[in-house]
Amino acid sequence: MMRFATLIKNPADWMKGAGPHSDVVMTSRVRLARNLRGYPFPGFSQERQRIELLERARPVVEELPEMRDGYSEDYTELTKIRKQVLVERHLVSREHAARSSGCAVVVDRKQSISIMINEEDHFRIQGIRPGLNLTSAFEVVDRVDTELEAMLPYAFDPKLGYLTACPTNLGTGMRASVMLHLPALVLTEQINPVIKAIGKIGLAVRGLYGEGTEALGNLFQISNQHTLGEAEPEIIAQIEKVIEGVVRSEVTARAKLKEDHETMLRDQIGRAFAILRYAHILTSKEALNLLSMLRLGADLDLVGNCDRSLIDMLLLEIQPAHLQLSAARELSPEERDSMRADLTRARLQSIDGPGSFPTSQSNPGGTPSTQNDE
Amino acid sequence: MKCDVCENEATVFLTQIINGQMTTVNLCETCSKAKGVTEETGFGLAEAFLSPSHRTESDSMEIVCDSCGFTASQLKKIGRMGCPECYAAFRDGLDGLLRNMHKGTRHVGKRPSSTSAPPPQMLPRQRTTTVKEAPSPAPAPPMPPVDVAKLRAELDLAVKEERYEDAARLKSEIESLQPKASK
Repeated sequence: MMRFATLIKNPADWMKGAGPHSDVVMTSRVRLARNLRGYPFPGFSQERQRIELLERARPVVEELPEMRDGYSEDYTELTKIRKQVLVERHLVSREHAARSSGCAVVVDRKQSISIMINEEDHFRIQGIRPGLNLTSAFEVVDRVDTELEAMLPYAFDPKLGYLTACPTNLGTGMRASVMLHLPALVLTEQINPVIKAIGKIGLAVRGLYGEGTEALGNLFQISNQHTLGEAEPEIIAQIEKVIEGVVRSEVTARAKLKEDHETMLRDQIGRAFAILRYAHILTSKEALNLLSMLRLGADLDLVGNCDRSLIDMLLLEIQPAHLQLSAARELSPEERDSMRADLTRARLQSIDGPGSFPTSQSNPGGTPSTQNDE
Repeated sequence: MKCDVCENEATVFLTQIINGQMTTVNLCETCSKAKGVTEETGFGLAEAFLSPSHRTESDSMEIVCDSCGFTASQLKKIGRMGCPECYAAFRDGLDGLLRNMHKGTRHVGKRPSSTSAPPPQMLPRQRTTTVKEAPSPAPAPPMPPVDVAKLRAELDLAVKEERYEDAARLKSEIESLQPKASK
């Protein structure tokens, strides 16, 4: 099996690859909740029962064709920082990372499939793809699920579907979610009505790290809430349709911002770049929000020589556990803020930065006063 | 907190550990007197309340999953089940709960393929014999037994109580079941 260092050294498949609507949709994820008959759910089981299930199931999971030569680790073998790195990479959930004995995670070589054992359910099978591509993410987990089902006795009821610890996951056990970058909808203050509308049709909107987290960096997660009464393809089709609508709104808002408020937009992006490029202390929150502006600038061709994937990698690298992993020790928040700034300055060296002049010079008299003041 | 027997505010709380499971009984002044709760006899109380005979006495009393020992009040408290068998144990009232959470109360998505049903010897040791789910639904899975009459009664009630949304859903549920039932 793969070592932790090898797994983390390489960017995940979904970080490099660009998918449909990558300018707005960061990732598409689908996860299936599955349980075995004859064992209590992890939240209500004794440690020895969890260990028994783990010892039985883990070899089976590791031998799946998709997971072979992947990474597999018992949680008792993982440090707090390593677990947190997996959380930051969206390979395991925060809830799962908080557990220890009787829990494990198996990740494929490309970091596009992860299987958590003894999370809230016995299995959480997750697929992650770049851009808007829930169908492809579902196909992957569906295949893994079918293989697993052939070897382990799933808890399934003909009427209720896959039986899960929480009734909110009952039926398909499927949660499909997309991570969206919506800076223009936030800047133009259209985000709240959009979120409200999405909520009304039964989808959930959350922040960067799921339930109860803040929408830092203008990043939003949208996912289905209903899992019973609809087939998987229907659920996915509905979300994709909604997301396409949100993407259109965001793209329109970006175009309009550039058209009507180019100076303001350039100012925001320029300030973001300047701070990121020269600051020596950066908090997570500040960095995420500024990188969001820089990403917007890159997408609108307002920042020269700036590859979107560089920013997306930075969004990961600057997070607390990633910083501590590269420092190979625990860091105080102050140390992290300083290391975060060091890393960001270094990474942004290769970028030309936002141009000094507006691309459209049609109205040079548009901002005369500021020029004359000098 | 409400009394476990009536709707009054509970003022007497009893917590006991029985077979490693914590059980809590909450009672109001009147009920605690009626049940003869005193300092001396209090210890046996939870047991008396949780005994099967008592459970049949009152609908609001504790239902326990035979398989894992999870109780209805634990379900109410944490909103999660103890084991897969709990869904059978707590079937009553489940539909109402699911209706608020989901698009429907009936699974229509993926099903384990018939070939994948594990041989019985693969099943782990288990205390219960009440595994309800069919291990291998046939290619065209048989509809689970549904009490159409029960649905009709629910429909009548919904109409009477002017819950028209529920009524419409029940009506279509009954309709969807009938052609299959008549086959």
